[in-house]
Amino acid sequence: MIAIVNYGAGNLNSVKKAFDYLGSDVVVTDQSQALTAADKIVLPGVGHFSSLRALERTGLREPLLQAAFAGKPLLGICLGMQWFFDGSEECSEVAGAGIFSGNCRQFPSSVKSPHVGWNSLTVRKGSRLLRGIAQDSFVYYTHSFHAPMLAATSAASEYGLQFTAAVEQSNIFGVQFHPEKSGDVGLAILKNFCEV
Amino acid sequence: MLTKRIIACLDVDGGRVVKGVRFKNLRDAGDPAECATAHASSGADEIVLLDITATSGNRRTLLDVVRAAACSLFVPFTVGGGIRQLEDAAAVFDAGADKIAINSAAVRDPALIGKIAACFGSQAVVVAIDARKSKDSFEVFTGGGRVATGRDAIQWAREAAACGAGEILLTSMDRDGTQSGFDCQLVREVAEAVSIPVIASGGAGSALDFIQVFREGSADAALAASIFHFGIENIAQLKRELHHASVPVRWPC
Repeated sequence: MIAIVNYGAGNLNSVKKAFDYLGSDVVVTDQSQALTAADKIVLPGVGHFSSLRALERTGLREPLLQAAFAGKPLLGICLGMQWFFDGSEECSEVAGAGIFSGNCRQFPSSVKSPHVGWNSLTVRKGSRLLRGIAQDSFVYYTHSFHAPMLAATSAASEYGLQFTAAVEQSNIFGVQFHPEKSGDVGLAILKNFCEV
Repeated sequence: MLTKRIIACLDVDGGRVVKGVRFKNLRDAGDPAECATAHASSGADEIVLLDITATSGNRRTLLDVVRAAACSLFVPFTVGGGIRQLEDAAAVFDAGADKIAINSAAVRDPALIGKIAACFGSQAVVVAIDARKSKDSFEVFTGGGRVATGRDAIQWAREAAACGAGEILLTSMDRDGTQSGFDCQLVREVAEAVSIPVIASGGAGSALDFIQVFREGSADAALAASIFHFGIENIAQLKRELHHASVPVRWPC
């Protein structure tokens, strides 16, 4: 079973709908026991980095970190991926999980912000999450802050600079874009997550 | 590279897709869910569904339509028409929309933009502006183009962005349904005034019109209805033409 974490940040329908479409057994939950019981966890999120404060308030931060360190496959989407980093310029009082080092930053002033729309991916070889995804595939983004490029970056996009589109390290997977809104490419990525 | 978006718009009345000219003379153009899926598979980057009559009586019909359309749609899906308060927006999100578009209600109460953004994020709030040229400026109209507000469209776009709108959907009433080209001047003025994306709407008739509104109008996205519904322009063909004209688009997709 895949648990989609509901911590009160935005609309989780589309993420659930995509997993339903793929035929996965999926549940939306705000209960820590459900996270412990799940085989895999999806941490979605849209909006402001400060909304991640709800993970502490609802007591979900600890079970998420435990799952991450226990080797349970974890997929962070958009703000959910940014949570895997140390933090974000958007709200320095809220700490990320620190699984990946570095902070999320604003785009340079040479480009409009937010970054909204379909952008292409430069995929690095060997990613399990992006298995079978062609070079320069398009995915849908909507965000104002971006994660830095790391050794664990599995795909990059460009918007004023190169930023981490996807990140991957053993059981931890993150995507800045919205696979649930990225047509067939996005569905293929979610299917890969179901199968890791 | 970030691409220019091609958005297919479904104007819905009583559960059916319709299309008029300058907001009048409606013609039937099919079932919303079928149209939405067909447009997405032919390459639409997004789908917008506008309930153009939006009377309280057909709210339930609208939510059913949204639910049916959302169910097999995996590209961004925006729904507008008759959203007057936070609860209306919540019901539309619950039925499967990713973004809502608000027009008259936002003009009446700009704080509504921030209220919806606070709950669902700015990326989920599109402020739709219907504008008509009057002398040297553009005036905002509400109520489906029936009510002149006396407000300047560029000023209002700036205010909407400051209130927390994630995108502006800008319709030229003078060009709506005419297939005579987008109003590039209107689009450029708004695009230069705000940092959020601007979706140009009203007047799409040919691939050249799209090329112009992206180049001269600095639009981030362009929306059309008539030309897609009645098969004048196929989205896949349009994207091929844009691609050959070196406009960055999601192609092949």
